Amino acid sequence: MSAHDMGAAHGHHDTHGAEPHGSLRGYVIGFVLSVILTAVPFWLVMSGVLDNATATAFAIMGFAVVQIVVHMVFFLHMNFRSEGGWTMLALGFTLILVVITLAGSLWVMYHLNTNMMPSLHDMRQIP
Amino acid sequence: MSSATMTEASGEVPVFYEVDEHPHPEGHSTSLGFWIYLMSDCLIFAALFAIYGVLGGSYAAGPGPRELFDLNLVALNTAMLLFSSITYGFAMLTMEKDRVAVTLVWLAVTGLFGLAFLGIELYEFHHLISEGATPQRSAFLSAFFTLVGTHGLHVTFGLIWLTTLMVQVAQRGLVTANKRRLMCLSMFWHFLDVIWIGVFTFVYLMGMLR
Repeated sequence: MSAHDMGAAHGHHDTHGAEPHGSLRGYVIGFVLSVILTAVPFWLVMSGVLDNATATAFAIMGFAVVQIVVHMVFFLHMNFRSEGGWTMLALGFTLILVVITLAGSLWVMYHLNTNMMPSLHDMRQIP
Repeated sequence: MSSATMTEASGEVPVFYEVDEHPHPEGHSTSLGFWIYLMSDCLIFAALFAIYGVLGGSYAAGPGPRELFDLNLVALNTAMLLFSSITYGFAMLTMEKDRVAVTLVWLAVTGLFGLAFLGIELYEFHHLISEGATPQRSAFLSAFFTLVGTHGLHVTFGLIWLTTLMVQVAQRGLVTANKRRLMCLSMFWHFLDVIWIGVFTFVYLMGMLR
């Protein structure tokens, strides 16, 4: 919310090149949130409370996504108004390419691994 | 000379072409350009993450993440980067108030946290290599050293850049050009922190769950 207000307050400066640098409140909120969002996944993995690797994996991935958004908003001051929306457009385009790269590579290579060399799949079984 | 006129003989409405460039204030589009550079950097890391995702399970009968990683060290490392992020934020806030000395102090604190991060990472790498877990050992270790090492290289260049800017701020003060440079480095530094979230989640924490 504060990043939102901050962006609005600085919006009229955009014409002469000034960039929003955030507020003390914004940075402190972002820092506290990111400490919590870092500590919880580390605690989940190190203590193993969930007792289920898949559930823990999904939980820490969720925390990572939320923390990335927190950093984007409170530290990188992303909003839909900076540079007339072009930064958000570039970010959206990049995210599409990132998803294609990651999901595509994992999907294709997983199928290659499972379909092509079944006996060699697990290298640890080779003496 | 500022515009070329083309009037056709038929007497139609003349068409004007503006040939000369508009006057633009210096650095008016630096942040957008720098943001697009960061996005291209993001694609490099996406490719390295994809490589790690594909090769991360190929241990070649060598050691896996469980035997190699020390989560306490990684948590300490993460804390260093997180602290350096907020101290850089404080440097930006004091920069806005044109307080040169305080800004330099916050930049120095940021640099020290960055150095601590690099030191811990180099210690970890040294420890792994001395145990025989070198990049040549398995595809998993090659991908690990490439991904984490590229991030560490970025932090190294960020530190060189930070030192350069501290010298420039000390010499010229917080002039507009220096403020713009500090703003770019701010984006770079916070962006590296965002990438590190991906590294500690996908490489270290997920590695311990394998």
